[in-house]
Amino acid sequence: MPDKKTKYKEVAYYPGCALEGTGHAYNRSTKALGKALGLKLKEVENWNCCGAMEVKNIDPKLQTYLSSRVMSIAANKMKMDVVMAPCNGCYHNLKRAEYDLEKDEQSREVVDRLSQKAGHETYQAGQVETIHALDWIKDSIGEEGLKERVKNSLDGIKIANYYGCMYTRPRHIFPEKDKGPASESTSKPHFMDDLLEAAGAENVDFPLKTACCGGAHTLSDSDTSTKLVANILMAAEAAGAEVIATECPTCHSGLEMHQIRAAKTLGIKTSVKIIYFTQLLGMAMGLKPKAVGLHENVSDSFAFVKQKGLA
Amino acid sequence: MPIHEKSLIRPENLEVHEHLEIEGVDVSGHWSTFIGSRVVADYNEAMEEEIAALPGGEYIHRCWQCGSCTNSCTVNALNPDFNPRYWIYLIRMGMESELLRDKDIIWQCVSCHKCTHVCPRDVVPEGVMKATSHWLELKGHTPKSHSMIFDEVFSEQVFETGKIEDGRVIKRFFKRTGQALAQPWMVDMVKGMLRNLPLGLLTRMGLATLVAPRTKDWGDARAAIEEYVAEREEHNRKALGLDELIQSARTEI
Ligand code: SF4
Ligand code: SF4
Ligand code: SF4
Ligand code: SF4
Repeated sequence: MPDKKTKYKEVAYYPGCALEGTGHAYNRSTKALGKALGLKLKEVENWNCCGAMEVKNIDPKLQTYLSSRVMSIAANKMKMDVVMAPCNGCYHNLKRAEYDLEKDEQSREVVDRLSQKAGHETYQAGQVETIHALDWIKDSIGEEGLKERVKNSLDGIKIANYYGCMYTRPRHIFPEKDKGPASESTSKPHFMDDLLEAAGAENVDFPLKTACCGGAHTLSDSDTSTKLVANILMAAEAAGAEVIATECPTCHSGLEMHQIRAAKTLGIKTSVKIIYFTQLLGMAMGLKPKAVGLHENVSDSFAFVKQKGLA
Repeated sequence: MPIHEKSLIRPENLEVHEHLEIEGVDVSGHWSTFIGSRVVADYNEAMEEEIAALPGGEYIHRCWQCGSCTNSCTVNALNPDFNPRYWIYLIRMGMESELLRDKDIIWQCVSCHKCTHVCPRDVVPEGVMKATSHWLELKGHTPKSHSMIFDEVFSEQVFETGKIEDGRVIKRFFKRTGQALAQPWMVDMVKGMLRNLPLGLLTRMGLATLVAPRTKDWGDARAAIEEYVAEREEHNRKALGLDELIQSARTEI
């Protein structure tokens, strides 16, 4: 079996809907970073939405079907064996579909029935491996590889790494996690910390790495989301962070939106910057802020990155 | 941290009498507060089965009441009345009227999966919360929550076109919930975005709202999904005896 280093050099890329809309900066920076590191992305052809949380709430098996269609195209049409999803929601859903299809006869039956009617091959559990953008960089380039390539060190930037909910929970859909120090931890994830540290950043001790931002009700119960986000922002500042690094478009826009809303409705003003880890790594590799979509973020970090010598 | 789940004594069960004498003893005032006993007479024995028949509720029978879900819960930390363990208990016991006391907050579960992560019995409490909110709405105990309306608006668009476009989902959501699109904090956010966005991207986003992104040749998938959804809705109606419920309501009127 080829090792991950070679295997992840070229992967099927599943951006998902969020990366075509509010999360476009993440899309741009992921592609730019991949290019700068010599990694190849082949976008899943004619993909569909994985179903997010909303379709699961209507019926989990439908979400399993939607996710399985994406994996089926990658496996059967494109003959790829790794799918990389940068969005926590997409990543979680593909993992969950994989788990359900492996363990649950009924899910297999529903997916098979829908796939046949929709006119594509039924995805079989095990055909592809789904990874997150963090796995992709960590296992193909790694800390050593990053260190060699740093052009603008993130030296002197204090970062709180925020992973959100869907990257680690619930643990049973991530069988590869919690397998010792080299693997990712579901209670104290560290892949993003490791990568940013390799690029020179100073990670602060941040207790709310996997806290929930209330993204599910960002619009339907905004007050709850604002309170949860305000907690996260204040904890990051209390830990001494200047930046919260994110690895999910929904978490990212949730933090940005409710940072503004917390100031408006709760009078809680925070100035911590919210930046995708791919933007930070990209700039460390020498890419210009615009090349990593810094202008597409809601919050304005231009002055900050300039002051830190990244622009 | 130990959790104090629920105050066992409810304010409405406290009885304080300004002037009361029992067998010659004066029991007036706060020193002689009585606590009225709680009587539950209306067990709904079908409740557990009905909720288990809805998507997400399948594994409710596995719960052994350890309380880990409540202890880990994001929303419980904000509101101690939000108590998944207790609700699962009530549902399994069939204590409908007790459950209905909390009917307006159950939908607030933010799906952070902390409960499912820690549950030693694979109950998937997060799924049970969703099934319970569905049940409350289907039975007419609560109006459709904003969260449910959002799920529907979102899912409709996925079923229709294979993809979603956030701007469109947000617009439809505000329209259906009768809220103005221009929430004051949103205006600020959009201003923040406008400051930096290049014109090309703006046009692209604007266009995306007009011309929703689609998955090509989605027609057959859409038909298959719609057929499945109709089938499940039929199943849910049957499981909850909704047709009988409507019928009996009609005859009563
Ligand atoms: S989880 Fe979000 S980004 Fe991913 S496909 Fe679904 S809606 Fe789109
Ligand atoms: S942190 Fe927020 S956006 Fe991210 S996965 Fe959790 S609820 Fe969703
Ligand atoms: S954690 Fe699981 S077993 Fe424990 S009370 Fe909650 S649902 Fe029941
Ligand atoms: S998923 Fe819902 S019930 Fe479970 S811990 Fe999170 S908020 Fe609480």
